[in-house]
Amino acid sequence: MLALLHTILLHRSTGKFHYKKEGTYSIGTVGTLDIDCDFIDFTFVRVSSEELDRVIRKAVSEFKDALSNSGSDGMGQISLEFYQKKKSRWPFSDECIPWEVWSIKVNVVNLANEQERQICREKVGEKLGEKVINVVEVINRHEYLPKMPTQSEVDNVFDTSLKDVQPYLYKITYQITDSLGTSVSTTMRRLIKDTLAL
Amino acid sequence: MDSDLSPQDKKDLDKFIKFFALKTVQVIVQARLGEKICTRSSSSPTGSDWFNLAIKDIPEVTHEAKKALAGQLPGIGRSMCVEISLKTSEGDSMELETWCLEMNEKCDKDIKVSYTVYNRLSVLLKSLLAITRVTPAYKLSRKQGHDYVILYRIYFGEVQLSGLGEGFQTVRVGVVGTPVGTVTLSCAYRTNLAFMSNRQFERSAPIMGIIVDHFVDPPCSSQRPTHMGQPCNYRAPDEEDGGTFAGVQDSQEVCTTSFSTSPPSQVGHSPRSFSLSLSLTFDFFSSFHTCFSFHFLFFLFVCFPSCCLFIVRLSLRVDEGRRSVSPSDPVESLSAFTRKVGAFVNKPSTQITAASLDLPFAAFAPRGLDSEENDPMVINMLTDIFCVQASLHSQGSEGSGQQDDFVMVDFRPAFSKDDLLPMDLGTFYREFQNPPQLASLSLHISSQSMADDLDSLPEKLRVYEKNIDEFDAFVDMLQ
Repeated sequence: MLALLHTILLHRSTGKFHYKKEGTYSIGTVGTLDIDCDFIDFTFVRVSSEELDRVIRKAVSEFKDALSNSGSDGMGQISLEFYQKKKSRWPFSDECIPWEVWSIKVNVVNLANEQERQICREKVGEKLGEKVINVVEVINRHEYLPKMPTQSEVDNVFDTSLKDVQPYLYKITYQITDSLGTSVSTTMRRLIKDTLAL
Repeated sequence: MDSDLSPQDKKDLDKFIKFFALKTVQVIVQARLGEKICTRSSSSPTGSDWFNLAIKDIPEVTHEAKKALAGQLPGIGRSMCVEISLKTSEGDSMELETWCLEMNEKCDKDIKVSYTVYNRLSVLLKSLLAITRVTPAYKLSRKQGHDYVILYRIYFGEVQLSGLGEGFQTVRVGVVGTPVGTVTLSCAYRTNLAFMSNRQFERSAPIMGIIVDHFVDPPCSSQRPTHMGQPCNYRAPDEEDGGTFAGVQDSQEVCTTSFSTSPPSQVGHSPRSFSLSLSLTFDFFSSFHTCFSFHFLFFLFVCFPSCCLFIVRLSLRVDEGRRSVSPSDPVESLSAFTRKVGAFVNKPSTQITAASLDLPFAAFAPRGLDSEENDPMVINMLTDIFCVQASLHSQGSEGSGQQDDFVMVDFRPAFSKDDLLPMDLGTFYREFQNPPQLASLSLHISSQSMADDLDSLPEKLRVYEKNIDEFDAFVDMLQ
């Protein structure tokens, strides 16, 4: 989960913008970090930002707990959505317009013994590699990216809350489907909550 | 197509492609070093990180990339390739993957060079960072070590994929359209990892290496560029450093696992001085027959090689009074020991010449001997041993009676102190050298005792049978 989300965010993060008086801006530097997965034979690259890593880990941890609580053989989907804010006039709140959504569907599998775990470990590693290649392929189509904003509008396009890097505005949502096939309306609740928070 | 570009855009585009090619090589090679890469993000632009990415530059890799490019840029029909191969300790090699930076004729004339192309090249570099950890060669490179190493080769021109074997796979990292063509970055990797032995590689340039030995000097260490990367401020003056690398010859080089701060010159010198001091020592002792001193010193030099250099230097300081004598000069060092003989021998009239000594290179020792110096408290074990040997071999005019004399040498091993300890190293060694043989190990005694035991066995058995009740009671008590 972390591997895929971080791979996407690596491509959708820039350095911090520093605007100058003459209307130009300079961009900070993004560092990278190799991370070895604990239970899978895979290494991924993430942005060298502990703040960003904490946010992603927290979201993935919540998703993992929700999956565990849903019972065995559950299914779930976690989504990473990049959006832009559009200013609205009072009394309406700003509108969030998604421009790219990545959804990762997850099936929970129970493994009977260590041998199965080893086989699964390698297979999942290979699959993850394929997915990273898919992510890279999509991103390099260069289909749409928001225009670079002026200083007054930078918060409508980028998440400027982090100290060292500046990803595009994003949100992470998840949806759990238990073994009975009924969907829990976590996503709707979360979306409503986010909208009210704005 | 070039006429549609402004001169500034053309210049910028060429610069972007050039540094993109250099950074591509750096990312690929660094991903095959066998270690995890970590760079820091910086909120303030430093002006030296191309494409807003913190990618360190290994100077040797940059040099090799520039040498391969030879002032040209990747273009249509001119591809830059980085070949990654594996080489075992037995000398067998196998190509693992080939990364290709190519350009085709498809142009995007409406694209903005200074912004869009630059940002897309940045995204492409990020994609390269991700993909280099996905191909099979990455896991192999993480496990490289004594059995095999990973090598790289950079070449310019036509792409060569024949060495990847049958069924190789290709993955496209990404494309970036520019007004002069579309830049494509891809990787072809081997899928059949069955090793082919005794392969003969026919190459125009030797394979360059990654990692292997920390003590191998990089061939370009004396020609390191003063600038690590180029500033990405578009208005900065353009600095061409192609002249720095003129005259560099092709060679097989290796890069270290670790970008240690240890300068190669220091690392390179230490082993040489160490080996010189060892060779001096062993030449010195080759003529010795005193077993205990030889064994002790041999043990010392084997277990504490650093002491070797230190002991030699100490001796030279004491004897010569010069602090600049290098231990790497065996003849000069030997002359120091030769001169020291006189100081310890208690025969003022004895003229011990270099020629009378059974020493290697003795004939080369200078004739004039300096006056004796008072020994400081610094221990000089080598000199002591030398004096013993010299006295045993002296053939002076004093006659045969001199040969029966021996000099009591106060055995003071190096690095031990005459302090308050009840037993220092020297005392311990003197007391416990030449211990008597264990009685049980003596064949005569052991056989005699065994015979006695056998004879007394029946008597002992009778006694035990008589007192068997007592033994049974004892066993019951224990239970």
